[in-house]
Amino acid sequence: MLTTTDLTVGYGDTPILRDVSLTVDDGEIVGIVGKNGAGKTTLMKALIGLLDPIDGSVTYDGTEITDWAADERARAGVGYIPQSRDVFPDLTVEQNLLVAEGVNADAEDLLYGTVYDYFPILEERASQKAGTMSGGQQQMLAIARALVGNPDLLLLDEPSEGIQPSIVQQITEDIPSINEELGTTILFVEQNLGVIQGMAERCYAIERGTIVDELGADRLADDGALAEFIAV
Amino acid sequence: MVNVVNLLFQFLDSFAFIVLAAIGLAIIFGMMGVINLAHGEFIMVGAYGTTLAYNAGAPLLLSIPVGVLATTVMGLVLERSVVRRLYDRPLDSMVATFALGLALTQLTRIVFGNSLSSIGIPLGSVQYGQFSYSMYRVLLSSVALAVLAAAYVVFTRTEFGIRARATIQDADTASAMGVETDRMYTVTFGIGSALAGLTGALYAPTMSIVPGMGSSFLVEAFVAVVTGGASVLLGTTLAGGGLGLVNALFSNVYGTFIGQIALLFVAVLILRFLPNGLSGAVEGVRERMERENT
Ligand SMILES: Nc1ncnc2c1ncn2[C@@H]1O[C@H](COP(=O)(O)OP(=O)(O)OP(=O)(O)O)[C@@H](O)[C@H]1O
Ligand SMILES: [Mg+2]
Repeated sequence: MLTTTDLTVGYGDTPILRDVSLTVDDGEIVGIVGKNGAGKTTLMKALIGLLDPIDGSVTYDGTEITDWAADERARAGVGYIPQSRDVFPDLTVEQNLLVAEGVNADAEDLLYGTVYDYFPILEERASQKAGTMSGGQQQMLAIARALVGNPDLLLLDEPSEGIQPSIVQQITEDIPSINEELGTTILFVEQNLGVIQGMAERCYAIERGTIVDELGADRLADDGALAEFIAV
Repeated sequence: MVNVVNLLFQFLDSFAFIVLAAIGLAIIFGMMGVINLAHGEFIMVGAYGTTLAYNAGAPLLLSIPVGVLATTVMGLVLERSVVRRLYDRPLDSMVATFALGLALTQLTRIVFGNSLSSIGIPLGSVQYGQFSYSMYRVLLSSVALAVLAAAYVVFTRTEFGIRARATIQDADTASAMGVETDRMYTVTFGIGSALAGLTGALYAPTMSIVPGMGSSFLVEAFVAVVTGGASVLLGTTLAGGGLGLVNALFSNVYGTFIGQIALLFVAVLILRFLPNGLSGAVEGVRERMERENT
């Protein structure tokens, strides 16, 4: 589904990520773990196309997309949930969803029914301005927005950050169930032990811009092994 | 003595003039952060297009769309070639569009000479006591309202308008949601250009058609945009209403020159006491009311 080969990315000419090679297969849920400043968000931005790579390549669904702009990648089926949510504050909930209807241009149906099932509050607040919602509600909106066009791949950047525990719990259950129900492949970034263990089938660990380890199911279950790679 | 009917006519006239002078500038600035100092020349192009078409034998109702179309095409070409590089660079955009404005004025002078023979005001006038009002200029106030309503519908009720606003709020995120942000900018600039052209086309019959005619719109246009504040359509409506009233009142009593001075004076007061402009003040009040209600 998604492969990067020796991907090197930075801001200006200074590389932040170096020689990152990873693979995510169809239908998988893969985590990226790493401490603050390790380069996780930089990787996600490079994958959606908001940062141009200095070197290396990105392949999606068998096609090389290294030079594709973000909107082209989105229309090809990549949904993106930024770390800072970045809902459009002056647009209503409903309008935020409408903006993203073009994600996965090939998909047959829009998933309003599904996203309102997962996040009923969004239907209740359909005409509220997104900027006036709480952090947790904005996170749900950001997930719903990325999902409404029915993407094949979802990129999710630290969904638990700054969110109240009950909503973190809900998201930790929802994402695997979305993966199951819709077959959406998921690549997510996290530093919250419970969320990582609740969602990931396997994980890459990033330190100072390079992948230093890959953890399978057995090591994921081991709090100590995982804790080494996340901020404590 | 203030005569109420006379005041009402003058108000409608000022309102239409302020709204139509400002709307194209307001959309391009409010939506894209580009201060188009060639705005007056865009209006001039609309007026020239209309007048040339009329002088070539077209009826006025057909000549107006010709002026609008000419300005739109010019705007789109300029957006693709020049303005595109200036988004969110207000100072650079001012220098570039100022130069553009000078070039357009000179080019017009070279090609069409110092003036065109003008169309003349259609529709005649109505008489009221010692006053006489041009029906055409009264009609323009309904056009101004229609333009505001249409712009409101486009930017709040259509897919294009909502995507354009998302692009303006956060272009990166909008593109990550599949929005072709370049196209949103191009079309928005095209709409702003078309509205400037419409203003020129509509006022062409009422003015001398000279290369520098665009400058007669600039004071009202910039004052309305600056006092209107961040919310483009609400701001333009409030500025048109408020400043139009001031302008009409003072023109009515002391003549048009004092009317203009009063307009500027009130604009300074608004900026002094309502730093977020008229729309900022209204939205502040609305938000406070909403918070009290919940
Ligand atoms: N816009 C930018 N310009 C320059 N450097 C940046 C920019 N954004 C991030 N960086 C730098 O890149 C490095 C990696 O940042 P990044 O945001 O990818 O980390 P992260 O792993 O997502 O951290 P966090 O867990 O805090 O979100 C940091 O050193 C950061 O200072
Ligand atoms: Mg991050």
